[in-house]
Amino acid sequence: MKKEWPLWEVFVRSKNGLEHRHFGSLHAADAKMALENARDVYTRRNEGVSIWVVESKHITASNPENNGELFEPAQNKVYRHPTFYDLPDEIKHM
Amino acid sequence: MKNENLYKYILGIADNNLILGQRLGELCGHGPSLETDIACTNISLDLLGQVRSYFQYAALIANNESSEDDIAMLRPEREYVNILLVEQPNTDFAYTMAKQFLFDAYHYLFIQKLQSSKDETLSAIANKAIKEVSYHYRFSSDWIKRLGDGTEESHDRIQNAINDLWTYTNELFSQTEADKAMIAEGIGVDTVVFKEDYYNKVSEVLKEATLEIPESKYFQKGGKEGIHTEHLGHLLSELQYMQRTYPNMKW
Repeated sequence: MKKEWPLWEVFVRSKNGLEHRHFGSLHAADAKMALENARDVYTRRNEGVSIWVVESKHITASNPENNGELFEPAQNKVYRHPTFYDLPDEIKHM
Repeated sequence: MKNENLYKYILGIADNNLILGQRLGELCGHGPSLETDIACTNISLDLLGQVRSYFQYAALIANNESSEDDIAMLRPEREYVNILLVEQPNTDFAYTMAKQFLFDAYHYLFIQKLQSSKDETLSAIANKAIKEVSYHYRFSSDWIKRLGDGTEESHDRIQNAINDLWTYTNELFSQTEADKAMIAEGIGVDTVVFKEDYYNKVSEVLKEATLEIPESKYFQKGGKEGIHTEHLGHLLSELQYMQRTYPNMKW
């Protein structure tokens, strides 16, 4: 018999209008318990307005070995970055 | 003291929270899993937060002859008036949850009614506490169902705990002279009114958890009069240690 509860990933939206962010992970027997545990472990100081949980095994992750072919081509093409515009001085926070 | 009945009445409510909160606090770092450990200590902190509001109010009524800390930590055992249920040891997770569940079901019905107390401070405390208390009930009743409807071992353990602790449930509804006086004034909650609701509520969860409802006819009492089981003294020695060893210490 398997003794360990499965692992779940917890996503919390801290304010209405913001997106859910990954907060961490925890163990729980099922989705309902995962939500309750998430409430206690991650939102006990009023951090959130909404919680998502998903069992970690359902997440497909990219393989770090493929980082070269996945991410590097984007970096060496300067024209992909919007850096060729002159911004007026009045515009802040860009 | 002018309002002695009110003072005693507040202690009667608050001591249950204090002692149960202390019991749950024992699980800090010792819970069965990190998640349940945090959940139990969260509930403990909720209860102790409510205790502070009650004791601050009690200290006010006592004309500040004693502070909230004195009331919480410096009374002799016989002056604590919590019911026997909440002082019972944690034993295992089944006992911890059974105790919590049998108390939470009562606490929820009680706080719900306390919201319409004629005493503004008590009704304000109840208004603030109701969300916490309904979460506690949700948490503990959920665990009763999980353990009851879980494995053979968890089923046996939770049934055993419920059977053992059942004998302390009737005391939830016994009333002291101070209770009766406060009920007559519209300040206190007449607990007898929801006694049937309580047993129905509890029985429903036990049925869903595939557990048997105990048929005990004999019930323990005494806590409300200050007559406790042997467990309270040990609990208090830990609760009071700091204040007794270093009087008036703060941090």
